[in-house]
Amino acid sequence: MAEVETVEDAHDGHEHHAGEVHRHPAPTSFIRKYIFSIDHKVIGIQYLLLAMFSVFVGLILSVLMRIRLTWPTAAVPGLAWFFGEAAPGGVMNPEVYLALVTMHGTMMVFFVLTTAPQGGFGNYFLPIQIGADDMAFPVLNMLSFWVTFVGLVVLVAAFFVTGGAPTGGWTGYPTLSAIGEQLNVPGAGRGTDLWIISIAIFCVASLLGALNFLTTMLNMRTRGLSLMRLPLTCWSWFTTAVLALLAFPVLLGGGILLLLDRMAGTSFFVPGGLSNGETLLPHSGGSPILWQHLFWFFGHPEVYIAILPGMGATSHILSTFARKPVFGYRAMVFAMFGIGLLGFFVWGHHMFISGMNPYTAMTFSILTLSIGVPSAVKTFNWLGTLWGAKIRFATPMLFAIGFVSLFVAGGITGIVLGQTSLDLPMHDTYFVLGHFHLVMGVAAIFGMFAGVYFWFPKMFGRMMSERLGRIHFWVTFAGVYAIFIPMHIMGIVGMPRRYAQFTEYKFLETLHPLVVFVTIAVFVTAAIQIVFLFNFIYSLFKGPKAGDNPWEATTLEWATTSPPPHDNFAGIVPTVYRGAYEFSVPGAPNDFIMQTDPDPSHEHEAAAPAVLERQGGNGDGQQNGH
Amino acid sequence: MVSRTVTEQAAVKTKIGTGVSGPRGRKNPGGSGGRGNGGGDGFSAQDSPERYRIGMWIALASIFMLFTALTSAYIVRAGTGNDWRPIAMPRLLWVSTALILTSSVTISFALGALKRKEHSLYKRWLLLTVVLGLGFLATQLLSWQQLVAQHVYVSTNPHSSFFYLLTAVHGAHLLGGIFGLDFLLLRSWRKAASAKSEAKREAAASAVALYWHFMDGLWIFLFLLLFLWR
Repeated sequence: MAEVETVEDAHDGHEHHAGEVHRHPAPTSFIRKYIFSIDHKVIGIQYLLLAMFSVFVGLILSVLMRIRLTWPTAAVPGLAWFFGEAAPGGVMNPEVYLALVTMHGTMMVFFVLTTAPQGGFGNYFLPIQIGADDMAFPVLNMLSFWVTFVGLVVLVAAFFVTGGAPTGGWTGYPTLSAIGEQLNVPGAGRGTDLWIISIAIFCVASLLGALNFLTTMLNMRTRGLSLMRLPLTCWSWFTTAVLALLAFPVLLGGGILLLLDRMAGTSFFVPGGLSNGETLLPHSGGSPILWQHLFWFFGHPEVYIAILPGMGATSHILSTFARKPVFGYRAMVFAMFGIGLLGFFVWGHHMFISGMNPYTAMTFSILTLSIGVPSAVKTFNWLGTLWGAKIRFATPMLFAIGFVSLFVAGGITGIVLGQTSLDLPMHDTYFVLGHFHLVMGVAAIFGMFAGVYFWFPKMFGRMMSERLGRIHFWVTFAGVYAIFIPMHIMGIVGMPRRYAQFTEYKFLETLHPLVVFVTIAVFVTAAIQIVFLFNFIYSLFKGPKAGDNPWEATTLEWATTSPPPHDNFAGIVPTVYRGAYEFSVPGAPNDFIMQTDPDPSHEHEAAAPAVLERQGGNGDGQQNGH
Repeated sequence: MVSRTVTEQAAVKTKIGTGVSGPRGRKNPGGSGGRGNGGGDGFSAQDSPERYRIGMWIALASIFMLFTALTSAYIVRAGTGNDWRPIAMPRLLWVSTALILTSSVTISFALGALKRKEHSLYKRWLLLTVVLGLGFLATQLLSWQQLVAQHVYVSTNPHSSFFYLLTAVHGAHLLGGIFGLDFLLLRSWRKAASAKSEAKREAAASAVALYWHFMDGLWIFLFLLLFLWR
């Protein structure tokens, strides 16, 4: 951070005061600088830290789930204190397992997969990659982070209320989620209230964020940065923001209806004739399926909200480390749009098992399978980018290749599940669990890891350890396959998901060794994340200094200092002369040409006098260069 | 502006230090579809007031989706169960409708006055719009009161649930519009310091007007949905 100040101080020395170009001056007080900051870079890091907190909480929850599944009577130290009566002596009740499922899903989907790629990396790098000094609405940006933060606090609070955390799953299906306390089910009371309120708050935050992203990208691109010269990361954040903008309001609407059913006695989702075992409930005529439609109309685009930024980062990183342009740039952009557009018309495939008209199911099925086309375009273009390349296997590249691998492995089973006849027997089994964890969970996480290793030098001015990064990659990569491939097999055998234990099922007894294997793989994979955490924190202080452009990349974020100054380009408005991925251009002196480079065929030395001349005697402008 | 641009590019190039030349770029830096306001209008890339209008259109898209979701829920719910009994329309809603329609006209007049630089006229039309907006909200609250007096509550039947819900969500958004108008009013008391802040003011006003017209149209739609759609 000290470096930022130096650059700005140096900058104030000459004619172009930052204030002239930048809309808000650099803050000086601690609170305005690091807490209620309106600087998109600080907000981006805040989002990343929030996601990092959530991902580790979510990870611990999943470890607990595995313990409950594998050894149902095992006592875990500390749980008796945390869950109280629900875990007597540290042995988890089945309700605790359901609460863990719900909180793990909600934490991971909303506060990790939605916030980190978009709110974190997007916030930090979209303005820099388009040559802007900040987002279009900086105050709104700060607001969207703090609203997200409140949403997280409300969600975590659900652990501590009477009745415990919600047990309805991250999909919150009524009637369980809609009836509330009258049902006398653990977690269906105050916990579920908080869960719905948290989701509603999160919807609002995401909408504010999406509004900002779209305006920024449409209105604030710098000189010469035409749409087809944008890095693919920008396109992925843009498409993601469009999806968020159109999908989150629907969830918000559904959430309001659900809350009214619980609190105001309406019957949007609750059918008549329900009893809690003692009395008839006063609801009548509602439709639980209506919630499923509203939820999945949001829920399916949400899957792409999680994965698209990972696709963007992967394309970006593959090209950089393969030292080749992205294969089929335009096709990549349109494939992203195609995935986003189709994503709005396939929500029904989550509901085949809820019952629907076979013709409707057929339509949803065909549309679902057709998403395979743009997905395949992307996959083959990634392979085309790698084809014949002299690849630099740095850690970001390993994770980007890992992303492609996981996306293919998880996507293939999507084609299986997209067909009604196959989905019906598989839907409530571990097969679905394996499928979506690979394709939207772990693949997206790999996209994030790739992003962290790739952009860490830019964000903090230091390199992360390559050796630790490689260890982290290989163990995680092997680990996630060891976890999720066996789940497909369990699913085919018929192991039902969302069950707290399987000891009572004779036909699942043979699977027990596999269950133990998966759990051990979970322990190893979870433990190796400590290496990542250590690498992150250690490198923050002790990593070797990174230059402005350690990866020899081409896009605008590498044309400024590491970390960038408060207004990103030190009072300068960069001009873009070329597309984002000009690697290994024949005849060029280097194997990469920066987007800001007007003419690569001339040597730097020869150009220096011309530059000085152009500066009009203002030679001290160059002191930003160190 | 232009000369500064060149200097700035040069500085960037030096900083990167990747063998570059002076201004002899062989490619046209402009590119197609680059910045819309790249000309000599005095705005840097970061300062364009256009972003208020763009931002407003995007915000309206999300509000549109919220009401689309609630409308489809309305239509689906009307078709399930046998408890759908539409409530009698409170007559006062005709007054609501007249008020909000008029307010759309007055805000258009306000915007016209601003564009002709007739500032006192602008302020007066704006104030009238605020009053009409508050009048709309008042008639909505009164019609709620009438329904409550007839023992029609949120949970009475699905149609009344949707009536309260849709009017409340629309009313909350309209209240946001009134805050926007108040913001414009507060701003209009100060004289614009420069042509730049003048243009910003105009962009903000047209964004708020856009929002207001949308709220008007949305009310007409909800009114038709609730009481004429069967």
